[in-house]
Amino acid sequence: MAAIQVSAVTKRYGSTLALDRVDLQIERGEFFGLLGPNGAGKTTLISIIAGLVRATHGRVTVMGHDVIHDYRAARSALGVVPQELAFDPFFTVRETLTFQSGYFGLANNGAWIEEVLANLGLASRADTNMRALSGGMKRRVLVAQALVHKPPVIVLDEPTAGVDVELRQTLWSFIRRLNREGHTIVLTTHYLEEAQALCQRIAMLRAGTVIALDTTRALLSHIEGVQMTMRVRGSVPPSVLAHRIDERDGALVLRLGEPGDVGRVLAECQAAGCEIEDLEVGRADLEDVFLQLMAERAELERIPALATA
Amino acid sequence: MSSSSVVSFRTLLAKEMLRFWKVSFQTIAAPVLTAVLYLLVFGHVLEEHVQALPGISYTAFLIPGLVMMSVLQNAFANSSSSLIQSKIMGSLIFVLLPPLSHWQLFSAYVAASVVRGVVVGLGVFVVTAWFAPPSFAAPLWIFAFGVLGAAMLGTLGLIAGIWADKFDQLAAFQNFIVMPATFLSGVFYSVQSLPPFWRTVSHFNPFFYMIDGFRYGFFAQSDVNPWLSLGVLALAFVVAALIGVNLLARGYKLRS
Repeated sequence: MAAIQVSAVTKRYGSTLALDRVDLQIERGEFFGLLGPNGAGKTTLISIIAGLVRATHGRVTVMGHDVIHDYRAARSALGVVPQELAFDPFFTVRETLTFQSGYFGLANNGAWIEEVLANLGLASRADTNMRALSGGMKRRVLVAQALVHKPPVIVLDEPTAGVDVELRQTLWSFIRRLNREGHTIVLTTHYLEEAQALCQRIAMLRAGTVIALDTTRALLSHIEGVQMTMRVRGSVPPSVLAHRIDERDGALVLRLGEPGDVGRVLAECQAAGCEIEDLEVGRADLEDVFLQLMAERAELERIPALATA
Repeated sequence: MSSSSVVSFRTLLAKEMLRFWKVSFQTIAAPVLTAVLYLLVFGHVLEEHVQALPGISYTAFLIPGLVMMSVLQNAFANSSSSLIQSKIMGSLIFVLLPPLSHWQLFSAYVAASVVRGVVVGLGVFVVTAWFAPPSFAAPLWIFAFGVLGAAMLGTLGLIAGIWADKFDQLAAFQNFIVMPATFLSGVFYSVQSLPPFWRTVSHFNPFFYMIDGFRYGFFAQSDVNPWLSLGVLALAFVVAALIGVNLLARGYKLRS
């Protein structure tokens, strides 16, 4: 039984198609990434899984429970960290967590609540009113609220948006531990290096459709070769410019077939009289894969438009 | 109902009660003061000129009306303000994500409204009782109308809170429907003193039956038979409750 099964899910808002026949199967115990640009449909999909939004067509199950017809079992199995920084201004952190635990039917959950507070660095602020917390601390409470009933499936929608490095490290070490203990984790993030470091499998969404779904390793192997970023003064020879794939902050980004090509490119630059001010060589990362896939899809979408123009 | 369902309901009820208790100066003390001011002003001006019910001073007549008006207005304010605030703040998500059924949501919000309405009503009664010695001719009627009336307005507040997207929409509901209906229901006068046309109009106002039945519990006198009032109130509550539960079950304006 899959942790989350999304079958042919479509969501329409009036004439806008937010999700178009999305199929996904997230296995139990996986650390799964859901990536895509703004407006790709990530939050809509998560909201459908959580029962906050109803799909126009299709079916979603969480731990085998239909999110509409068996919503109580489905929601009990799910913990969601929402993207919006919401809080109830009347209560302290501990009251917030105790209520959240109670909503899930857990009356005597104090020991786990204390553990969550400690693991997310909230213990010293447990009796502070939510209004008095900083944005980062409020984000920690949102995470704690999602974990308070020990759900087997945890969905984190942009959990590290606008938070400091310390929280990211605290959060990821706790989430990794939960994943090791068997919890399924689904993550959306704008920080692709986080997804690359954490996720075993990744789905990429664009305009409501899944355009890539594979293991992180397989996606990275999508882009072969070596990536070289260099900042140069002088005119770069055309033989080097032929390898250019991007230009970032005035630096050339080149894709080379193999590590041995690096020496040849440097020699050609020097022969042309270029002065190399900065140089970085590495393998392609998830951001490169993401950008390439998005660009490919945009190109594909442009072709029929041109044909009919 | 399973034990975890009971815990879920109890938790939401406790949270809703703690919510108003934490700002009790605004949610309890302020409405008590308002009711006392009404009593002082209207009681002072009309005591010598009006006798609404035979053998009962105007101040004594006014007190149950003010108590019930406070019960009704505060029951409405509790569920409606809680829902609109949590919708606007985004914190409503914390009760939409857990496995709370529409029945649990409905009963917890309405029960918390009843508690607030009754607490404010008791507060108004305790403070105003000094102005005219109270009598309790039929206490069970007081209890029945107090609780059922608060439940009715708690349900209306729930419906208004679900429907409204902004505070001013809710304020319109409160100021243009709830406030006139309570003021024109016989809180300050007996409808028997009205011209025939307005007396007939008053009988179409469900709030009239709530006030009249509640007052019957104190004086064993009323404009209409208390059983009729109880029947009208019970019917109005059932209709409102069915609408409220249906909105929650459909996720109207809550789950898109």
